[in-house]
Amino acid sequence: MTIRLGTGAGFSADRLDPAVDLVARGRLDAIVFECIGERTLAFGHRDRMADPEAGYNPLLERRLRAVLPLCVVHGTRLITNMGVANPRGAATKAAEVAAALGLRGLKIAALEGDDVSALIGPDTPLPDSGVTVGEVGRPMVGANAYLGADAILPALEAGAGVVITGRVADPSLFLAPLRQAFGWAEDDWPSLGAGTLVGHLMECAAQITGGYFVDPGHKDVPNLAYVGFPIAEVGADGRAVITKLADAGGLVSERTVKEQLLYEVHDPAAYVTPDVVADFSRVEIRDDGADRVAVAGAGGRPRPAQLKVTVAFDGGLLAEAGISYAGPGAKARAQLAGAILEERMRALHGCNAPLRIDLIGVSALHATALEYPSDAQDVRLRAALRADSREQAELLLWEVESLLCCGPAGGGGYRGQITPSVITHSAYIDRAQVQPRVEIIET
Amino acid sequence: MTRRVPLRAIAHARAGDKGNRSNVAVFVYAPRHYAAIEAQLTPERLEAAFGRLLRGPIRRFELEHLGGLNFVMDEALEGGVNESLNLDSHGKSWSFLLLGLEVEVDD
Repeated sequence: MTIRLGTGAGFSADRLDPAVDLVARGRLDAIVFECIGERTLAFGHRDRMADPEAGYNPLLERRLRAVLPLCVVHGTRLITNMGVANPRGAATKAAEVAAALGLRGLKIAALEGDDVSALIGPDTPLPDSGVTVGEVGRPMVGANAYLGADAILPALEAGAGVVITGRVADPSLFLAPLRQAFGWAEDDWPSLGAGTLVGHLMECAAQITGGYFVDPGHKDVPNLAYVGFPIAEVGADGRAVITKLADAGGLVSERTVKEQLLYEVHDPAAYVTPDVVADFSRVEIRDDGADRVAVAGAGGRPRPAQLKVTVAFDGGLLAEAGISYAGPGAKARAQLAGAILEERMRALHGCNAPLRIDLIGVSALHATALEYPSDAQDVRLRAALRADSREQAELLLWEVESLLCCGPAGGGGYRGQITPSVITHSAYIDRAQVQPRVEIIET
Repeated sequence: MTRRVPLRAIAHARAGDKGNRSNVAVFVYAPRHYAAIEAQLTPERLEAAFGRLLRGPIRRFELEHLGGLNFVMDEALEGGVNESLNLDSHGKSWSFLLLGLEVEVDD
């Protein structure tokens, strides 16, 4: 038996058309929409605080309207963490969408229990940061434990066609349907390692089909405007082939698979999830025909006793503003504008908050590492401030805008924005303290 | 004969982030070039090249059978995706910082 898994989203704002195409033509057993990042989860908490019915992925309704009818026709289960900070609210919305589409008898499961904010206090250590929660000195916005495939399994066993979760480790969203289909036990570490490899390769969608990969003239990829999302054909022994729809854009090659194998991986021999400590250090990657790559050889050791918890804090306001200079002397004029701005923020206004000034076109993203030789004639001054108050954030925008008349010659294109920000740290708690719960709504 | 080439001519790379930790994995296109990157892309070389960016230790993991090296850089993201003031707060572009280095190869 081979199970066919597809990826419908690799991050919160991922494209929808490749997901629809994959459900329509991929003959999938399950499709996974992975939509939570460190930042999106914290924003979900804040949305829910403002409105108790909010806090889930804003694209949930659009995505479900587009794919749910196709999922029902093809018998494809939909598994997603689009519940973000409110899985039950998301499941309620999903039931509304299903009813509006005339889909009857569909079981929609909400997985809760990842919200562990009640277990986190001022004395909770944040070992990776070397401080406690209280010592961060900022209001806590939320705390979510990474649940594993075992938390999803009861929903699948109850026959849910749609499973909506909050924070679950990304590969676990894929491991759960494999465990259910193949009956892999929760201590079958080699199989769990193999299934985790499949999940890890699939979780970022287009990142294994040519997205985040193409480098013109070095690594070319066809038809990236219509890049297809990946399919995994997985056997009961954990061996898998990564592929895509033949006529979808993009590319699955040994190179795309290698890059994704180590994406966000530290020690390849110890990739830690709630399910298993997976070993990717001996993974074999082999071409298996056009846009088909076979993977095998992942291992696994017993899962960790503790679950990782992302603790989010209010990060204040991020103020960003820019102004551009072009033509002869652009770099010198932008540099002078930066010096004026820094003098006024620091000396005149006494602002001590973190301030960064970059010259886009000269040295920005890599500015703290090296300076590229540049005779750029189109340079943008960019200033970023982590503000203590809204007044201070607005001050940065005002100061950059005032450079239009009070700064160097030929400055134009002022833009400024203020965005709320969050800061995250990691805590670790015993898994016995975390109690996942599944609730099912039938339409 | 030995020649000096940009790393980008013989290898490809991808950057990822978790919290304030960045990793960049680099893979040679041709297995014969693996020995060159293994010998020359040392953590010390990266520290020297990217001094002020990297505030913590660098670890290197080797995957010789895939022609790859994985560099894990602690405190490399100025506080991480939610805290950094860098326009590229994820460090997505760090792969091309690495690919800009030069290496000597025998061909």
